[in-house]
Amino acid sequence: MSLQNFMNEAISPWMKEEGPDSDIVLSSRIRLARNFAQVTFPIIAKEEELKPILDFFNQEYAHQSFKDYRNLELVEMSRLKSIEKRVLVEKHLISPHLAEHSDHSAALISENEQISVMINEEDHLRIQLYYPGFQLEKALQRASELDDWLEEKINYAFDEKRGYLTACPTNVGTGMRASVMMHLPALAMTQQVNRMIPAINQLGLVVRGIYGEGSEALGNIFQISNQITLGKSEEDIVEDLQSVVRQLVDQERKARETLMQRSGIQLEDRVFRSYGVLKNSRIIESKEAAKCLSDVRLGIDLGFIKNVSQNILNELMILTQPGFLQQYAQETLTPDQRDVRRASLIRERLQLEKK
Amino acid sequence: MECQECHQRPATVHLTKVINGDKTEIHVCEQCAKEKGYGETSFSLNDLLSGLFNFDHATSISSGTAPTSTQPAKQVQCPKCGLTYQEFARIGKFGCAECYKTFDEKLNPIFRRVHSGNTQHNGKIPKRAGDNLHLRKEIEQKKHELHQLIDREEFEEAAKVRDQIRKLEKQLDDEQGGDV
Repeated sequence: MSLQNFMNEAISPWMKEEGPDSDIVLSSRIRLARNFAQVTFPIIAKEEELKPILDFFNQEYAHQSFKDYRNLELVEMSRLKSIEKRVLVEKHLISPHLAEHSDHSAALISENEQISVMINEEDHLRIQLYYPGFQLEKALQRASELDDWLEEKINYAFDEKRGYLTACPTNVGTGMRASVMMHLPALAMTQQVNRMIPAINQLGLVVRGIYGEGSEALGNIFQISNQITLGKSEEDIVEDLQSVVRQLVDQERKARETLMQRSGIQLEDRVFRSYGVLKNSRIIESKEAAKCLSDVRLGIDLGFIKNVSQNILNELMILTQPGFLQQYAQETLTPDQRDVRRASLIRERLQLEKK
Repeated sequence: MECQECHQRPATVHLTKVINGDKTEIHVCEQCAKEKGYGETSFSLNDLLSGLFNFDHATSISSGTAPTSTQPAKQVQCPKCGLTYQEFARIGKFGCAECYKTFDEKLNPIFRRVHSGNTQHNGKIPKRAGDNLHLRKEIEQKKHELHQLIDREEFEEAAKVRDQIRKLEKQLDDEQGGDV
């Protein structure tokens, strides 16, 4: 296993497995922020403080195995080209922050890309674990085990009163951010999402676009996560998030049903128009591609389109991001060139499905 | 609806902001609205965050009473990493674990606002945490459970939990005895 694998495949191996409610919940993620007790946090630490942490990981964790996750790969940021870092960001394996702060930073990634531990991000450690579909409890349990495994060799910054100490006051306590990626086309089409977001915010949860803070809800994909990390247990936080997600899943299903009953033919028309655009266009911007991909995915879920895999949305959303397109083309591309590349890539990919 | 800033008074000021199509709703009490200057200019989350810190700073200076020992607020500096409270307020980040102790007295209001009124950790404890912390937390939890059972008048269950607590407390006593 090498960096090449992380780069070449748009879709992470773990994403290919089907999870519960995966027609609406694309993935579940748990992130834990942890710090070394004795070392200054990365934002103000000097180089000579951060290097030992990276060295420590190289020595103790690189090529080690945690449970079924064998031969963990330590990918050092300083050794990557900027396009390569961008690809890892687009695959959600690292954060934009890590890509920007590359000195002595790294990510410990499992072969199936389900696990990624970022080293020397805003905190010394950001443990991330993904599961396909709606499986937050499982993700929490596994992330906690991974946390225990790492802790065997690390003295974490922890305080009885404040919990796990983090660089940002918004992460202190559990240091946990639980999140799900949801595809909510019917709620978006019927304008219900905009009304729901303030209500969800009131519950201490945050709704964002696919690439995190400040990003747009490209392709009707929304990320929902907890805001509060202090005062509640990990289990309670996950339970609260779960109950909201469950309601959203129900609402989305209902909205899809209603749309089918009231305007089935219009919906079918929309789906096939988008399918037509993706199959035939020669130039396509990422925004239009995302919209069409969302429609096609909905069409697959509703049974309008057969013999195209459900994963097409996740895969092409990532594959058609600027970093990936350029990695694929093996050269730097202007935005115009990218739009051409994107269109041809999507056409090729859909052609592949036809067989 | 309670004020989303202080979580104490009811929210009486309701604001809806639309910036580049992004809609944000704000529900605060009049006092917090005035202190924050809501309704005057647009603000970002960052402004909001550092606003929270500064607000705390301003009140601790202006209220002449100041019962705490950290009277000259601007002098507070973390002995380990050198971060001052001003710098912390400006960047909104701690410099090291020690900062939490250094700025401890100022943190409750900040945490309360960021974490819906919470200031104390209530979750996982690292395996390495010594000082029988795990045991003490377990006793705390059992006691909470006991109260709930008594409230529901499930006395038989309650008696069982009470015995468990006694056992744990004895265990704690033994351990502490051994430590000293």
